[in-house]
Amino acid sequence: MATAMVNIPETAAPGEIVEIKILISHPMETGFRPGMDGKLLPRDIIRSLRCEYDGETVFTAELHPAIAANPFFVFHLRADRSGEITLVWADEKGNEFRQSGQITVG
Amino acid sequence: MTIAASRRRVLALGLAAPLMLLCRRAGATPEAMAAAIEAFTGGGTPAESGITLDIPLLVENGNSVPITVSVESAMTEEDHVEEIAVFNEANPLPDVVRVRLTPRSSLGRFQTRIRLAGSQTIVAVARMSDGSLRRAAVSVIVTAPACRES
Amino acid sequence: MRGGAAALLLIAATMASGDERLSGTAFMSPETRAMQADDLANPGMFAVLEGARLWEETAGVSGRSCAGCHGDAAETMKGVAARYPAFDEASNAAVDLTARVNLCRTRHQDADPLPPEDPRLLALTTFIGHQSRGQKIEPDPDPRLQPWRELGARLFRTRMGQLNFSCANCHDDNAGRHLAGNPIPQGHATGYPIYRLEWQSMGSLQRRFRNCLVGVRAEPFAYGSREFIALELFLADRAAGMTIETPAVRP
Repeated sequence: MATAMVNIPETAAPGEIVEIKILISHPMETGFRPGMDGKLLPRDIIRSLRCEYDGETVFTAELHPAIAANPFFVFHLRADRSGEITLVWADEKGNEFRQSGQITVG
Repeated sequence: MTIAASRRRVLALGLAAPLMLLCRRAGATPEAMAAAIEAFTGGGTPAESGITLDIPLLVENGNSVPITVSVESAMTEEDHVEEIAVFNEANPLPDVVRVRLTPRSSLGRFQTRIRLAGSQTIVAVARMSDGSLRRAAVSVIVTAPACRES
Repeated sequence: MRGGAAALLLIAATMASGDERLSGTAFMSPETRAMQADDLANPGMFAVLEGARLWEETAGVSGRSCAGCHGDAAETMKGVAARYPAFDEASNAAVDLTARVNLCRTRHQDADPLPPEDPRLLALTTFIGHQSRGQKIEPDPDPRLQPWRELGARLFRTRMGQLNFSCANCHDDNAGRHLAGNPIPQGHATGYPIYRLEWQSMGSLQRRFRNCLVGVRAEPFAYGSREFIALELFLADRAAGMTIETPAVRP
């Protein structure tokens, strides 16, 4: 299964505020929901998301079970130099996932 | 009007019942939410302005509810939004999401989708770089989805 | 309310064209419509991506992939979902897209059929359905499908379950009115498989039928049953000319 769909603009004018969008494929199992056998399904959620722009952390989110299945986040950053924009997200088992895109400013 | 009122009421009740059961199992309460907010604010009193919580007042399905929190801020080094936290009072846990922004965010705003176990009040609190606080609360109605499985 | 006004506008625009049929999209909140309209916000697109991957992957002892026979789905599958359910010569029966995928697996790939609602089966049918997005539903006119057409039409009007409702009671007679706070859509299956917020996952039209049947307290027909295929064919006739939206998002 594809793990995420990410929108990172490929180009921006210097100083332009660009929108970053990410949709992560994940059930966000809360740990409060019974399965078919009546027992609670074990909690399995994405716990954190962060965005790095040319090595600088610009946005972080701490997710709780109240975040909908297939977590979706939209936020912004000001682009003033060309570089790599990386989104990093992690579940509670320590698995870390990342997806990057290059933005060209000028 | 081809469906008699009495039958319609029975049907609505029958379809709504599973959701009511889900709500009863929920753990967070207005008190638990207040305690979680207190922990975030450190006892400070938030201003009730300069922050907007955008959420549909009538929610089609509590499994996925779009929210946008916007905080008025110049987003400079000296004056920016540091953290935004969202709380609820009827889900199993009072915390929903916490977001840390930076001056580079340029807009004191983010969007996500949340879960709501029934009609309730949602609260967003922002902490600014000078330590001041802002708060917005919205009460929403979550309707029972029709024709669920089992 | 904004949503109400937008829905009314949609309804007005459609009425002006002389066709009063509306996709379920017209009955949704603006927020859910936005989720469907933006591919980068629509979780159903994960099924499309996964289906694209499975299309190229070999299955069964044959070592064949879907692409091995059918090539580029963007060309060969365009409009295919618009014509299903269709008549299958070999089994002398109506088959829907789900059954067709499994027939391909057993007949041509020498693979086991995938169970109902298996994520792989949903991914493949969503991917194939997506190749027809934007096209008009154009039901298979094969006269040998007539018994299924008639059965489907009859089932749609048959009262069932402890609440004694037919499909038509809600989706013809009371469409646009509300049930448990939610609008009742006209029941046009234009976007299946769908990402349903209630399921928090993808599901087929047959899964949705089963939800409806449980809703009226009826014993649901089995996945792949003659009854469900017949209902699917009747709904295709009923929605002929409407636009395919796969993957749709529904509440």
